Amino acid sequence: MTTKPPPVIDLAAVTKTYGADDTVVHALAGVDLLVQRGDYLAVMGASGSGKSTLMNIVGCLDSATRGRYLLDGVDVRRRDEQTLSRIRNRKIGFVFQSFNLIPRTTALRNVELPLAYAGVGAAQRRDRAMAALERVGLADRVGHVPSQLSGGQQQRVAVARALVTDPVLLLADEPTGALDSHSTEEILDLFDELSLAGRTLMVITHEADVAHRAKRIVRMRDGLIISDERHGPVDGPPPGASGLAQVAS
Amino acid sequence: MNAAESTRFAVHGVTANKLRSALTTLGILIGVAAVIILVAVGTGSSQAVQDSISRLGSNTLTVSSTSTAGGGRGGGGPAALFGGGGATGTTSGTKTRASALTMDDAKALTDKAAAPDILGVAPVVSAQSVTATYTGASHTVGTFTGSTPAYLLIDNDTVATGSTFTDAEYNAHRRVALVGTTVAKDLAGGDGTTIVGKTVAFNGKQFTVVGILTSKGSTGPQDSDDRVIAPATAVQDTLAGYGSLSSISVKATSAATTTAAQDEVQQILDGRHHVTSSDRDYSVFSASSLLSAATSSSQTFTVLLGAVAAISLLVGGIGVMNIMLVTVTERTREIGIRKAIGAGRGDIVGQFLLEAVMLSLFGAIVGVAVGLIGAQFTIVGVQPVVAPYSVVLAVGVALLTGLFFGLYPANRAATLRPIDALRYE
Repeated sequence: MTTKPPPVIDLAAVTKTYGADDTVVHALAGVDLLVQRGDYLAVMGASGSGKSTLMNIVGCLDSATRGRYLLDGVDVRRRDEQTLSRIRNRKIGFVFQSFNLIPRTTALRNVELPLAYAGVGAAQRRDRAMAALERVGLADRVGHVPSQLSGGQQQRVAVARALVTDPVLLLADEPTGALDSHSTEEILDLFDELSLAGRTLMVITHEADVAHRAKRIVRMRDGLIISDERHGPVDGPPPGASGLAQVAS
Repeated sequence: MNAAESTRFAVHGVTANKLRSALTTLGILIGVAAVIILVAVGTGSSQAVQDSISRLGSNTLTVSSTSTAGGGRGGGGPAALFGGGGATGTTSGTKTRASALTMDDAKALTDKAAAPDILGVAPVVSAQSVTATYTGASHTVGTFTGSTPAYLLIDNDTVATGSTFTDAEYNAHRRVALVGTTVAKDLAGGDGTTIVGKTVAFNGKQFTVVGILTSKGSTGPQDSDDRVIAPATAVQDTLAGYGSLSSISVKATSAATTTAAQDEVQQILDGRHHVTSSDRDYSVFSASSLLSAATSSSQTFTVLLGAVAAISLLVGGIGVMNIMLVTVTERTREIGIRKAIGAGRGDIVGQFLLEAVMLSLFGAIVGVAVGLIGAQFTIVGVQPVVAPYSVVLAVGVALLTGLFFGLYPANRAATLRPIDALRYE
């Protein structure tokens, strides 16, 4: 490869303030963050630390007050709502704590949804959605609606939906927050597999054992990054993958 | 995202809560059905009025005397109610006035040179309170008309059984009569045909029944078949006396020449009576003038009915808006998810607008069906006639209502910020 791909996330002196004058709140007080392609990053912090604001800005759901943000080399500041929608659709896959599947809609249809908004034709959409569901091990549950699926299964559908557009970044906000320990393990194993396959992941969490499955842990407090530890190389396997390999063998 | 996809989302949204969608649809359904049925009732009643007027013949003119004294029975209706008996009527009928309509007036109207647009003229003398007796049976005749054979042509009458009387019989003062089916059945029993050729006494005067008039059916409370037509000469001899005419029936050559014929009638009679339009002692009444008056009044009636129905359609539209607002609030989270994974403003507006239109479209389609079925039944004595424009109008307005009342909720959904929408519980 002659040209190195741009970093997936490139934040420079990003601030986010709410309110004005006396009541001003600094949710982010100047954050610099560089995430390379293939990295598996965990963002930790207590509530109010600014990690949710960081996730909203990284996920293009909200825009920064000041600072620079390049997503996959593209400046996404001061873009209109329509453009941001398109950027979210093409570049980011979201996984939420509460799954956020469309109710009364089958797993297949849920996974097809981002492709529908991207304007992909029906046949190709179906094939890609089936492939994504197979990828998360739910090929036999495609016709089930969310209420017929367990929490772990719903979250795997959500992961499939996040992956189906082949985004540069998988953004997970407390992905295991609503799951039991068994399902948590399933999802984290899935993340390890995705990381091994070269996906870039960013997981927001307050659980230490979730964070320790990542290659890199960033801790936040009061809108600032207070520590940035690396537990595995960017292009290497995630720390938990050895255990996965044992299970697999 | 393509239209088929938007439609699928909208169908999904509508069918997700079937009871609610059905109830919302009901508002539009009732509105559309009401517009169609009420306009059909309006159209039906105006058509019934038009039919009964045109049965008189749209090119028929009736000249009647407006002089207050003299042959009061010429006025028709009210006098008949008070006519105590044949004798009274006959006595008052003999009093003549120069201004009243005469046989000579009728004859003058047949002048082809002065009145080229007049096809036929028939003088009318009526006898009031005539009682017919035949082999013990008796019947009080509703309308007893004395005229010429031309009258049948002018009045659109035909003879069903037997034959009409001729000009020769008219000139010979022959006491012959044509009876309506009601009179025939009452006197002879059965279908009444046996009365043809028999002699019937009208107020004691013997007339030979030569034919039975074709049934005209009854319009409202009045029985059009309760009548007798006889030569005016014979009626004057026996029942009415030689006074003025009750009226003169005139038939124009066609419906288009009715106005011209009316002018000719007025010109001739003005000259004969030495009057002008300001002090005219007679009036010419045409069926077409009555028709246009009736048409305009029934149009007002139809518009009024349609307006009432349109209000219910509007209320239905507000129901759609209400439900769409509830839906948007209820599905705020879903909207957030859709926006997070890449739905644009247009996608969200399209989806919710389509849902609103779908609700109203479905309501409109079922409403048309209900309206068309409902219009098959007779409503308050009127057979509704579905006006095609009302169907198009109702469906169009229903769709516009869906669009208009769906736009605000859809816009509200589209302008939600994804982070706010996702946080919504």
